[in-house]
Amino acid sequence: MGNNQSALDSVFHALADPTRRAVIQRLGQGPATVSELAEPFDMALPSFVKHIAVLEASGLVGSKKIGRVRTCTLKPRKLAAAERWFGEQRALWESRYHNLDNLLSGLSGEKQ
Amino acid sequence: MKADLQFDFLVDKENNTMTIRREFAAKRKLVWDCHTKSELLDQWFAPKPLTTKTKTMDFREGGHWHYAMVDPDGQEYWGRMDYQTISPINHYTALDGFSDESGSLSAELPRSNWDVTFTDAPGRTLVQTIVTYKSPNDLQKVIDMGMKEGLTSTLERLDELLLTLNEQRKEG
Repeated sequence: MGNNQSALDSVFHALADPTRRAVIQRLGQGPATVSELAEPFDMALPSFVKHIAVLEASGLVGSKKIGRVRTCTLKPRKLAAAERWFGEQRALWESRYHNLDNLLSGLSGEKQ
Repeated sequence: MKADLQFDFLVDKENNTMTIRREFAAKRKLVWDCHTKSELLDQWFAPKPLTTKTKTMDFREGGHWHYAMVDPDGQEYWGRMDYQTISPINHYTALDGFSDESGSLSAELPRSNWDVTFTDAPGRTLVQTIVTYKSPNDLQKVIDMGMKEGLTSTLERLDELLLTLNEQRKEG
């Protein structure tokens, strides 16, 4: 794995959105057309297509247009160790701070 | 946690930096104490299911906190936080590094710089932690180690998404 910092950034950005994560999850079951992917979402198609564009820019998703139909596929190997590490760092801080919330509410209670 | 407490986690690859901003529903003095007294740090610093254990704590400029995160099997991951500047209940800076049980710093693994700021917000306290590695190479070393050591594997996954992708990779 290289040091392609901007690629890491775009993957992280791509995964930060719930719609895009849902699309990735769906593509985990196999390729799908853009309209199939859009169906579960209450969203105008142009907005949805922007999400697909972000996923493509990140390298997580590829697409091919045959006739009038664009089909998307997942490119999981792009999900490199660095992205996972940052995701885990985020989970670490969330868990750590959840512990601190509990500690603080206990300590605040003691003082009252 | 109250649902409306702010949590931001920002990654700046160009500067090898993570910025973590989080609000807490407590007075600044109490939040400060939780960051700077080992008997309190021991109660929250390690992410679940790990626990924190302090060997020594000397919270002053030039002093350090020598601690371990302990996983449920008893495996210890030792670290050392060297305090550089301290401005009570406002700000401190430190170097966080990997060490062994004796407190010797790892020769292979780089340290990260921590810049931690505490500010008042209405009815709460905002803590901003900026974690910076000196170079992309330093950051890469820590990432590579994280993948090897399995410390991160005991943490919660990014979410089910990653599990799905891993399953697919095995099958494919």
